[in-house]
Amino acid sequence: MKKIVLKKFRLTKKVFSFPYILFLLLFVIVPLVLILVNAFLDGDNRFTFDNFKTFFTSPASTIVLGNSLLVGVITTAVCLILGYPVAYILSKMSSGRLIVLLYVLPMFINFLIRTLATKAIFIAMNVELGMGTVLFGMVYNYLPFMIMPLHTTISSIDKSYYEAAQDLGADKATVFLKTTLPLSVSGIISGITMVFIPTISSFAISQLLSNGKIFLFGDSIQLSFEQNLYGVGSIMSLVMLAFVLVSNLIMNKFNSNSDNVRRSLW
Amino acid sequence: MVQKVSVDNIIELRNVSKIYDGKYAVKNASLTIKRGEFVTLLGPSGCGKSTTLRMIAGFEMPTEGQIIFNGKDITNTPPHERPLNTVFQRYALFPHLNVFGNIAFGLKLKVIPNGTKVNRKGETVQLFRKFTKEEIKKKVNDALKMVDLEDYGHRNVASLSGGQQQRVAIARALVNEPEVLLLDEPLGALDLKMRKDMQLELMDMHKRLGITFIYVTHDQEEALTMSDKIIVMRLGEIQQIATPEKIYDEPANAFVADFIGESTILSGTMLDDYKVEFCDTVFECVDSGFKKNEPIDVIIRPEDLKILPKDDPNSLLSAEVLSSVFKGDHFQVMTLAAGNELMAYSNENCAVGSTVGLYIKPFDLHIMHKTRLINEIDTYITGENLVEICGTDFDCVTTLPEGTPVKVSVDFDDVEITDDEEDGTIGATVLSSIYKGSYYQAILSTDDHYIFFADTDDDWLKGDRVGIKIAPEKILIEVRDENAKEEQKTVIDETLTEEERAAIREEQKTPAPEFDSDEELIEEYGVDGEYETDEKEDEE
Repeated sequence: MKKIVLKKFRLTKKVFSFPYILFLLLFVIVPLVLILVNAFLDGDNRFTFDNFKTFFTSPASTIVLGNSLLVGVITTAVCLILGYPVAYILSKMSSGRLIVLLYVLPMFINFLIRTLATKAIFIAMNVELGMGTVLFGMVYNYLPFMIMPLHTTISSIDKSYYEAAQDLGADKATVFLKTTLPLSVSGIISGITMVFIPTISSFAISQLLSNGKIFLFGDSIQLSFEQNLYGVGSIMSLVMLAFVLVSNLIMNKFNSNSDNVRRSLW
Repeated sequence: MVQKVSVDNIIELRNVSKIYDGKYAVKNASLTIKRGEFVTLLGPSGCGKSTTLRMIAGFEMPTEGQIIFNGKDITNTPPHERPLNTVFQRYALFPHLNVFGNIAFGLKLKVIPNGTKVNRKGETVQLFRKFTKEEIKKKVNDALKMVDLEDYGHRNVASLSGGQQQRVAIARALVNEPEVLLLDEPLGALDLKMRKDMQLELMDMHKRLGITFIYVTHDQEEALTMSDKIIVMRLGEIQQIATPEKIYDEPANAFVADFIGESTILSGTMLDDYKVEFCDTVFECVDSGFKKNEPIDVIIRPEDLKILPKDDPNSLLSAEVLSSVFKGDHFQVMTLAAGNELMAYSNENCAVGSTVGLYIKPFDLHIMHKTRLINEIDTYITGENLVEICGTDFDCVTTLPEGTPVKVSVDFDDVEITDDEEDGTIGATVLSSIYKGSYYQAILSTDDHYIFFADTDDDWLKGDRVGIKIAPEKILIEVRDENAKEEQKTVIDETLTEEERAAIREEQKTPAPEFDSDEELIEEYGVDGEYETDEKEDEE
């Protein structure tokens, strides 16, 4: 007689991950597969490579892609230049943590409302909506994502490194360049990742703050799907995914070089 | 003569104090360090030794006083301009640089003289240059060789063991050829075996390089082994400055005796010159110059106390054996004589409960002035039968009117310590508890930093919060003259020659105190009520 062994269900730690795995399957993996499938289907659900041809040969889409990358790079650079001194100064202050919270506070308001309000202010001030206003909106929205990881990293640097550098003959500027800056590389990387990737994929901000004049990659994906061009939209999504993965890989490469520095929470 | 002293002395601290949040971390520290000396700052945690070192390194600015380096005042010089280097407690090796990069850090920043040239105005100008890559490489490799880590230049510092990191930290400091090397508990993180090896290596390095080492530790054995001179600190104040032998053989006070090595501390009376009474017995001793019948502390090292058969004619004291524990090369014997416990080291086991005779050479009896004979506080009467002590009104028995300035005295026996802070009239923190043969002398700090001495039967745990109670009739009150001046106290460095002492006194422009015996050179360690006066102004 065959013995049927029924596995007893036991509540282990693993079980608690099931809901998330299910969620991941339904809302991340399945859509990704759908996008992949859609990319190779034409309007009549037949297999085709035409979608790729359409995307890569049309100059409009490459301009949009270039624009997105440009906006992403400029926004990230401005956020880093503005955010680093703020994070540095706040990490030296005893009440720094509280002030960082003030920087995060605007995020409590929905970003659409914030962006619409920014637009209203620009219009009231008679500022012409265009690339400048889009960049402003991007920096305004993503600056907290730069400050937070930088602040966490800089304030977790052991003070004894500064003292050691001073002891070895470094003045204040040298202490910063030779210890603080290299020791905060992981925070810089986290900050760049958290600003660059959302910026290149963002939509709405560029549309609203340029009155639709400036069209970014996120906007054109949205548009393709709205116009039922599922194939082209999927291709764009794949290209975007490739960019995100590549930039993540580059960032990780950088980060592993400074691995022994305590990783920030972000 | 003054000039001569400052040439020999590489570092000098003059009345240096450091105040954090209104509390003294270092109080009025004066010391001199000679060129080439191995000096150790020794004391329990929180005694101010690290703060003193950090002030010498320049990481902390003294609140008061001066730091002199090679005859120049460097009190306000930033750390990167001071010609000294530090080995940090947890090494502080830069994680983003490899071993080579860490050691080369200081060399890359250094500028060295590179000839002179005559500028347009006809003045001779000193030229400077940086080290070349080859020079740096050679120096780093020499430094690595010195600490036995020749092939480790390319290694990541995180991949090194504690001992190796320690060596890199030492190499990083020494490669800059500092005149003084500061070491802040550098061996604290190493295991015992490694520590012993590193101790010998550091001593060897000190001998070879001939530079001055200033070493901070809480390990008395380490200090006794390595140093030319030990500075014992406690509660921010210097207790004694002397050679290791002198610190061990002639501790300045009960604290130093208790902290350095094992010892029995007993209360006694100095009957006359060369005559001391304790354990209900009169002993011969080699000390003189005390007041007649002055209460004193007697310190007996266990290795000096000889155990003899009960009826031995040389026996001075008869005692009962309480315990005998084997310690590897000797037995540690606890004996009870006239109600006082005395510890002795013996080569033979003693039967517990048996009676033995004890003998000690007059030379081995170390006699010290009592730090304080009675708790004294200057205060005011605050109401009918009320007197203020440390910010709280205590019941007392007095006929004096409100507002009268008084001096309150409380005997050590009459300070009652309660387990629960709430049960006492005021709260206090236990700073130390020293066994004195038959009772414990506890030292308590109240919240406004007055120090109470109390004799109790119980051993109170250091750092515990307790309550203090005093029976009203035990508070002795005396009318006080408000204009009386406070006395100035000084610690004298015992390793200095008489000539040098005279020079220091001249520099400080204070009248030379007269010494009858060495014991009088020593400062008492109690922290008196003088804290309370100008604390508020000094707050940062």
